[in-house]
Amino acid sequence: MKKHVLSLLVENNSGVLSRIAGLFSRRCFNIDSLTVGTTEDEALSRMTIVVTGDEQTLEQIKKQLNKLVEVIKVVELEPIESISRELVFIKVKADNATRSNVIEISNIFRANIVDVAKESLILELTGDGVKIEAFMELMEPYGVLEFIRSGATGLQRGSVVLKEK
Amino acid sequence: MKASDAIVKCLEMEGTDVIFGYPGAAVIDIYESLQVSPIKHVLVRNEQSVVHYASGYARETGKVGVCIVTSGPGATNTITGIATAYMDSIPVVVITGQVNTNLIGTDAFQEADMKGATQPFTKHNYLVQDATQLPKILKEAFFIANTGRKGPVLVDIPKDMQEQKIAFDYKDKVDIIGYKPTVKGHAGQIKRAIQRIKAAKRPVIYAGGGILSSGAKEGILIFAEKTGIPVINSLMGVGGFPQDHPLYAGIVGSHGYAYSNEIIGKTDLLITIGARMSNRSTTGFYKLNPEIEFIHVDIDPAEIGKNRGYTLPIVGDAKVVLRSLIEKAEQMDFTAWIDEIQELKDHHAPASQESAPNGYIHPVDIIRYLSDNTEEDACLVADVGQNQIWSALNYQLRKDRKFLTSGGLGTMAYSLPAAIGVKIANPDRQVICVIGDGGIQMCIGELAVAREQNAGVKIILLNNGKLGLVREMQQDIFGKGHTAAIDLNYQVQFPKIAEAYSMNGFEVSSFDEFQKVLDQVLKNDEPCLIQCNIHPDTRTLP
Ligand SMILES: Cc1ncc(C[n+]2csc(CCOP(=O)(O)OP(=O)(O)O)c2C)c(N)n1
Repeated sequence: MKKHVLSLLVENNSGVLSRIAGLFSRRCFNIDSLTVGTTEDEALSRMTIVVTGDEQTLEQIKKQLNKLVEVIKVVELEPIESISRELVFIKVKADNATRSNVIEISNIFRANIVDVAKESLILELTGDGVKIEAFMELMEPYGVLEFIRSGATGLQRGSVVLKEK
Repeated sequence: MKASDAIVKCLEMEGTDVIFGYPGAAVIDIYESLQVSPIKHVLVRNEQSVVHYASGYARETGKVGVCIVTSGPGATNTITGIATAYMDSIPVVVITGQVNTNLIGTDAFQEADMKGATQPFTKHNYLVQDATQLPKILKEAFFIANTGRKGPVLVDIPKDMQEQKIAFDYKDKVDIIGYKPTVKGHAGQIKRAIQRIKAAKRPVIYAGGGILSSGAKEGILIFAEKTGIPVINSLMGVGGFPQDHPLYAGIVGSHGYAYSNEIIGKTDLLITIGARMSNRSTTGFYKLNPEIEFIHVDIDPAEIGKNRGYTLPIVGDAKVVLRSLIEKAEQMDFTAWIDEIQELKDHHAPASQESAPNGYIHPVDIIRYLSDNTEEDACLVADVGQNQIWSALNYQLRKDRKFLTSGGLGTMAYSLPAAIGVKIANPDRQVICVIGDGGIQMCIGELAVAREQNAGVKIILLNNGKLGLVREMQQDIFGKGHTAAIDLNYQVQFPKIAEAYSMNGFEVSSFDEFQKVLDQVLKNDEPCLIQCNIHPDTRTLP
């Protein structure tokens, strides 16, 4: 089963997020991640939802989302025609012996060091899922204390916009 | 203008003439405003029934049914009714009172989160947080409830919102950017549908409740006659096609006709219109030829492909799509197929009279007698259980007759309030309520409303002392003699209850007695209850 990235334009009303999340739980669709924020028009919000499912499930998810009165538009972000990124913070063990190795790998990945402590570092990395997985794998041996991922957020490339339907 | 007056004004402007409700502190202002309105208020006896009343009203008038209840317990009592209307796509607007806005979220006295609670089974819902938005919200609520795929909309109104002063500005148009139902079928798809029909040998139209809610009864008749294609109904579609028509091919589903399920197994082109391919209805479809062509017409795109793959989708309103189909259709000849169907029908022809042990009546005889003796525009409202199945399979729907039931959620205690709702909406219609002794005990207080409103509903109580359908299921699954928790042991004397509510009550134990009593009660327009004693072992399945 494939991962799909959906981009939604919705009305920025209170309760709209729970309505959308509720739809997924009620129909037993699984959300991998969901990000949301307001848009250039403050009456509207944009959401990026990553889901895993076969084509039939994906079609149902899109149709059910479209049924919601507050959902204005749903598109699938195709990898070639869109960009999507995720942000992670990784807190990794780093003492005098390992610190320089960790920093070196971080530089290669263009990760930022956002916190330095005696025994650990917090690294910030932006990228697509593959890049993030790869980085996490390399950090693993040093001891990842904790991490947080934002979930993907994305836009269609070029001048296309999620217009009103 | 006081906001509560504005609410009532909005209802008037939407053409609401009856509203079903139960008051309480959180809606006291709206009730005050209702006093001076021409809108009639019907006080139900339990909010559990309130949406069913509104549903009967809506299904009779084609308008939105409206109900109003107080916050907290009043509101939560409506939940089953709302879910029932949602599953059957019935347009209702439910107005609930809510605690003052500054108390929301504090677990205040009689607070319940109705927006959260009804999110999964309302078409849309609102919590009013700005009184000036009330007219706009109500306008939208009515519009959403009665357009596209119809359904219930809840408007939760805090008490302080009802008390404020607002400018009354009621727009006559609604524009919701995210809500634009597709009504007209895609021209290319219509053309392709016609081509597939021409190529078919044994096509069948499978027609659901969408035919009735879009007002496409006439359209489907013309289309079927023009093309010569037989029509099968789902339970919700019963009444959408005349059952005395040569092209009528029965009802499918777990409780449909055996012959209809066989027809489905033989078809090479299934044209589903306004039916959602529910699991209950499509139990007979397992025999379907996997190579079958499947055209699915629905106003709700999400229904297409939800439960079954399709070969040709058409999104649109049944009435409008049928109009386009009729325009392009040609006279076709499926007589060989119709003959084959006729043979199946003859093969499964029912006995002319059923036999019941002494002291009992066979329910099938009761329903058939109703079928033969009620008016050509009578409305039969069936409850849930065995009584529902006997009604659906034996009451003939011809001319302007109607059949209502809770098909989707299967809610017991639907039929009595819904039937009274129909009668209040249209006092000229003969209304029959068929219900079991389990079901009626869930809504017995509503007898008071029938009496008080002079709603001459004829209640046919099929009294078997059991939760009949559950008993039948238990025996089918666990073996004869095995029953649990289905005995309504304490024999209730329902005619006495009817009399206590000042209406005539009868008890009949033979078909002869039933005929006599029915003939007598059909002569007047008084509400009455006829307790018909059914043998507890009577089955719906052969
Ligand atoms: C509110 C509700 N509770 C429970 C059920 C489960 N149920 C379905 S049919 C049935 C028996 C109904 O008995 P009765 O009303 O006496 O009708 P009968 O089947 O005997 O005609 C029950 C309990 C239901 N459908 N609705």
